[in-house]
Amino acid sequence: MSLAAPPREAAAPPPPPARPSAVRRLGGFLLRQWRRLTAMRTAIVLLFLLALAAVPGSLLPQRSLSQANVSQYFADHPTLAPVLDRLYLFDVFSSPWFAAVYLLLFVSLIGCVLPRALEHARALRTPPPPAPRRLSRLPDAAELPTPLPAPEALDVVEEELRVRRHRVVRRERGGVEELSAEKGLLKEAGNLVFHLALVALLLALAGGKLWGYEGSILVTEGGRFCNSFQQYDTHSSGALVEGSDLTPVCVGLEDFRAEYEEDLTAASFTADITYGPPGQEGRPATIGVNDPLRVDGDRVYVTGHGFAPRFTVTLPDGSTFDDVSAPFLPTEQSTMASEGALKLPDLGAGAEDQLALQGFFAPTGMVRDGILTSINPQPLAPQVAIVAYQGYLGLDSGLPQSVYSLDTSQIERGRLTEVGSANLAVGESTTLPDGTTVTFTGYAEFAALQFSHDPGQVWVLAAAIAVLAGLLGMLLLRRERVFARATAAPADGGTVLGVGVLTRGSGDGAPRFAALTDDLRAALAARAAARAPSDGAAPEPEASPRDR
Amino acid sequence: MTADQLADLSDTLFSSSVGLYSLAVVAFCAQLAFGRRPARARELVGSGAPAEPGATAASAPGADPPAVRRWGRVAMLLTALGALAHAGVLVARGLATDRLPWGNMYEFATAVVLVAVVAFLVLAVRSPGLRHLGLFVLAPVVVSLVAIGLFLYVEGGPLVAALRSSWLAVHVTSAILGSGVFLVSGIASALYLVRSRYEARGGDGADLVARVPSAASLDRLAHRTAVFGFPIYTFAMIAGAIWAESAWGRFWGWDPKETWMFISWVVYAAYLHARTTAGWRGRPAAWVNVVGFGMVLFNLLYVNMVSTGLHSYGGVD
Repeated sequence: MSLAAPPREAAAPPPPPARPSAVRRLGGFLLRQWRRLTAMRTAIVLLFLLALAAVPGSLLPQRSLSQANVSQYFADHPTLAPVLDRLYLFDVFSSPWFAAVYLLLFVSLIGCVLPRALEHARALRTPPPPAPRRLSRLPDAAELPTPLPAPEALDVVEEELRVRRHRVVRRERGGVEELSAEKGLLKEAGNLVFHLALVALLLALAGGKLWGYEGSILVTEGGRFCNSFQQYDTHSSGALVEGSDLTPVCVGLEDFRAEYEEDLTAASFTADITYGPPGQEGRPATIGVNDPLRVDGDRVYVTGHGFAPRFTVTLPDGSTFDDVSAPFLPTEQSTMASEGALKLPDLGAGAEDQLALQGFFAPTGMVRDGILTSINPQPLAPQVAIVAYQGYLGLDSGLPQSVYSLDTSQIERGRLTEVGSANLAVGESTTLPDGTTVTFTGYAEFAALQFSHDPGQVWVLAAAIAVLAGLLGMLLLRRERVFARATAAPADGGTVLGVGVLTRGSGDGAPRFAALTDDLRAALAARAAARAPSDGAAPEPEASPRDR
Repeated sequence: MTADQLADLSDTLFSSSVGLYSLAVVAFCAQLAFGRRPARARELVGSGAPAEPGATAASAPGADPPAVRRWGRVAMLLTALGALAHAGVLVARGLATDRLPWGNMYEFATAVVLVAVVAFLVLAVRSPGLRHLGLFVLAPVVVSLVAIGLFLYVEGGPLVAALRSSWLAVHVTSAILGSGVFLVSGIASALYLVRSRYEARGGDGADLVARVPSAASLDRLAHRTAVFGFPIYTFAMIAGAIWAESAWGRFWGWDPKETWMFISWVVYAAYLHARTTAGWRGRPAAWVNVVGFGMVLFNLLYVNMVSTGLHSYGGVD
């Protein structure tokens, strides 16, 4: 409401003319808009907009999920994609219009919930309201005749209600004693907790986004990386993260194991790693799928694995390059068939004498009609199918290129020419026309590791638990007000007890009201029976306390 | 029993439960066909089940005639037997594969439908008036089970590494419970839409609709089930986020499945608000609930079968 307040203060000396001043009209306009924004029906429309706004995020490829899919979409729809991109449709969840919808929704929510919270705080301190004049107009109402005098009949009602955890107030109006009771204020508290916890959740999410970062890297067995953005293959970081904020740790991959069931379903991926500050040995740890390493707010995950075939290249002049390798990315998880490229730009000769092997790796290969396929994800009989290229790779051209594939434009331009191809098992070699031999000497396994830091996630969890707790309180508790009025029965000197109940948050109160009146009847009858023998005796010892 | 025998037993029970539910549908049809008509009852034309002795005794207003109650009891019994066989499908699957029987889409969808049937049984036992809904619950159940058997069936097998976590029991179980309860809620709201139009036109029109519970009680049923399902669904979402944090390295990443769960959660939140907001009560709110279930269904079918995401455990190619 602070939105509307300043203009109204500015209009403090009210001008006499019939038409209100512009400032005042502006104030009124703002107040009306604020009321409209915080109205429930606006909130419902905003909820729909939020749901609708999320839809393109699942139907179109998103940069946050897969840059490759977005590039593919650009290639497939060259005219449409740039238009969609201008509308942020490949970054839906970080787009300004998505943010606008949820921020409006949260402003609406706060504007609705804060006044309710104040009202609830007031309600907690004020006693239940007086009974309505006509109890019979309440949704559930009944009249119970009893021989007890009015105060004592209400004592019985009060006791029953206190057992049911009601707050009870007795009043007297116009000589008639009445009682008001209520319970279930926690229902409204749950409502408020739910909505405020949603705000907390959003703040925790935002904090995590601003101060969090994550980096991914492929590490072969025996390899090691340190936590810095220069080392990661890909990384993303929040706006407030500086390079120097990164935890100074290094992670080494000692051993990676993939286990499979008989039907080749992947059973487990585990990696033995070392973890510690730079320059030190590091503590050993074992991580796996569903089982990351968590240390001081940092987490290390295994997110994938693959094979890096090794080659030995012997040039015609006799110089050799031993065990050069490059990671091949799995293209099919079930068989671990992988593709990749090994680039050798520095063979010693001129810039036009570079060598590249583009290839296909099969952990358990089978060659049929000259085509190599993989039939098993385990490395039982590794084979590669390679195509060798010689020429200029274009690595120093200044244009970035993938380390997993060759720059096809170099091939199209004729700078890089195919010079041979072969299917090789471990130990086999092929000789290129110029006398260079390429030997497939084996493979190393690599793991895709991810290093994550999200200071907000503990708070997100806490907020989510509060959301759920508030939701349970809001949906499962009942708010109930019970009113009773004792009037003298016209005929026999007894009392007629009028009882009425108002419930909120429950489908049908009738059975519960019937149970209450049954209990009241029984209690009244019991009290009347206990009273009858010692009529007119001293007041009962357990006179119930009163709330005044 | 060996694993193979258990797997065969599971498949046999699947067919049996479809058969029992189909018989229950017939019995529920009979219950509706012989049911009383609203006030100005015309002569009954016992269509669909000729030569049924109870057919003539169905004119008295007030309590259901005996034939109706008899058919209702038979239908409920058949439904309960079907549900037992249906539960047996999952138990035998679980024993055969030695894991929780919700590791792929076939098992997940079968479990969701079972939850819907059990929810209906519980509600119908507690308030017998709801038994008249039987046809409208069981007919979609039979159709979806047949579709599940035809299009989603996969042989039981071991779980992939990513699913081997105790969060499978927590996250997937609560997602199954929530979705199953929402199915009942969606059916109630859809019937409410039909019934409220019928009531608005002064109770004139299809005889079938006349025997559906009143619009007010359908609205209440839809709301109560949604209120029951919503916290479970919320819990499923939170449990999923906790699992995702340890399995995929982030608790929320707008994976298609996550996105659609978010969308359906928001729509159900809108339904719960709409039902207490002037201008949205009644038919608009019921539409929101139906759309909400549409989102849940879309999430199950589209996201698993068409889009590619991290939740691709369907086992359906």
